[in-house]
Amino acid sequence: MENVESQIGEWRAYLASAAGVNGRDVDELEDHLRHQIAELGAVGLTPDEAFLVAVKRMGELDALSREFAREHSGRLWKQLVLTGDDETARASGDWLAAFVFAAAAAVTVQIARLAAGFPDEEPMWLARNGALFVLPFLAAYFARHRQLDIRDWALSAAPFALAALVVNLYPWGADSDTEALVVLALPVVLWFAMGYPYMGGTVRAHERRMDFVRFTGEWFIYYVLIALGGGVLMALTAGILEPTGIEVERIVEWVLPSGAAGAVIVAAWLVESKQRVVENMAPVLTMLFTPLFAVMLACAAVVYAVTGFGGAFDRELVSIFDALLVVVLALVLYGMSAREASTSPGWMDGIQLVAVVSALVLDLMVLGAMIARIGDLGFTPNRTAALGLNLVLLVNLAGAAWLSGRFLRRRIGFHPLERWQTAYLPVLALWAATVVVVLPPIFAFD
Amino acid sequence: MRIDKDLVAASSTPLVLAILAEDESYGYAILKRIRALSGGELEWSDGMLYPLLHRLGRLGYVTTEWRTPPEGRRRRYYMLTDDGRAALADQRRQWATVTRALNDVWRGPGEPLTAMGEA
Repeated sequence: MENVESQIGEWRAYLASAAGVNGRDVDELEDHLRHQIAELGAVGLTPDEAFLVAVKRMGELDALSREFAREHSGRLWKQLVLTGDDETARASGDWLAAFVFAAAAAVTVQIARLAAGFPDEEPMWLARNGALFVLPFLAAYFARHRQLDIRDWALSAAPFALAALVVNLYPWGADSDTEALVVLALPVVLWFAMGYPYMGGTVRAHERRMDFVRFTGEWFIYYVLIALGGGVLMALTAGILEPTGIEVERIVEWVLPSGAAGAVIVAAWLVESKQRVVENMAPVLTMLFTPLFAVMLACAAVVYAVTGFGGAFDRELVSIFDALLVVVLALVLYGMSAREASTSPGWMDGIQLVAVVSALVLDLMVLGAMIARIGDLGFTPNRTAALGLNLVLLVNLAGAAWLSGRFLRRRIGFHPLERWQTAYLPVLALWAATVVVVLPPIFAFD
Repeated sequence: MRIDKDLVAASSTPLVLAILAEDESYGYAILKRIRALSGGELEWSDGMLYPLLHRLGRLGYVTTEWRTPPEGRRRRYYMLTDDGRAALADQRRQWATVTRALNDVWRGPGEPLTAMGEA
């Protein structure tokens, strides 16, 4: 019997090494194998014979793991680095491309900064165009990386060209609110535009959209890590150079904008080539923060439901609430992208539902207060943008709450939840684009 | 009699859905049931059942849960969802149409079978 145990161990190890098959699948298949062995043993086969027959019945392992890989392409994403020497060679060659694009973004930002005389002067055109100095390089990096054809290159470039025209040709008024909104919304629009080359032009595929969500989450983590490291480096440099009398602020002016721009592309390259490093962090981070946010949101929902907004409701509070709701949505999306879709509902899904429902309640109250305010004082650019954002989030959260309620009661699988979010992504992009393109003319660029 | 590979593949989804419609089950038991139902004529390589079950999960037709039965190993159970039931009903209609058509043509469209022999 010991012999069979070690054979099962080897069989297990071989299966586990295949891309697309995870530990739980191996558990499941092993259970099957043991069942079969026991049954064959019961009709008189020796353990060795039973093992051989059971393995033979299981079928060829390579064909099996291929089948698993086709079914779970999301898992393959995590293992891209491991798919053979071919890939690693390409990844290291890609290092140079990433560096070139990062350097290009860094130089572009620097030229813009010098032309604007920042930070002594702070012209609005610099803020308006900020994202346009960096994200086109990221889009170009992906367009090259995914080996897009001419048509897809053109389609990738079109949103960036349009955005450049819009933000620079609109006749902005002095101290314009719509202009300030564009500064906030344009990076979002361009990030979604970058999704086109990222997905290699196949924007309709839901799996690819989920990859894009996953990429966004991982990219954010890498970017924060780089920023933290950069911050420590800057602080130490400043500390060391201070006594020599060199003007540290001058150095910071040069290094910070270029570093921040270059890091955007470097972080993307890291996500693309070193996914395994973060892969284990994503579930941990969601495990950590989803409950914390759920508690915070539930408390806030209860408190505001009891006290009402009263006099506290002003522009600042609205922006904080909107930021909070966006973070909740991001957390939901990120947790979803890190989740194994085939597992059954667990306590984490319940907690996430608590977070979503609390956010929904808060969103409803904010909407109510906002509509009352608009009724009293009329539409302004800020109120319109915030109202739209809240409505867009409301629909999304309501759909997510409804579906995850059904999922928790085991009426449906996890797949419809994913579909809902990936199908909703264009709505988010569209609202951001509306704020950039449509709102300014409506409010006469004020 | 060996059943054609494509036919085995095509019938796999409705078979698994129908078995799960009877009651929740796990991989090995599903496969045993298929063997029993077909008198051993439908031959699968056992492993292929699992990617199929996972696909049904992704489509939202089944949900899964890990459970440890008393005196047993932890195993993954599969349960049919409402969507799964709807898909099964749809599959059933399709297969009924196909088998009816085949039966009709093999029995002859209302003509005596001897007509074919004379031709």
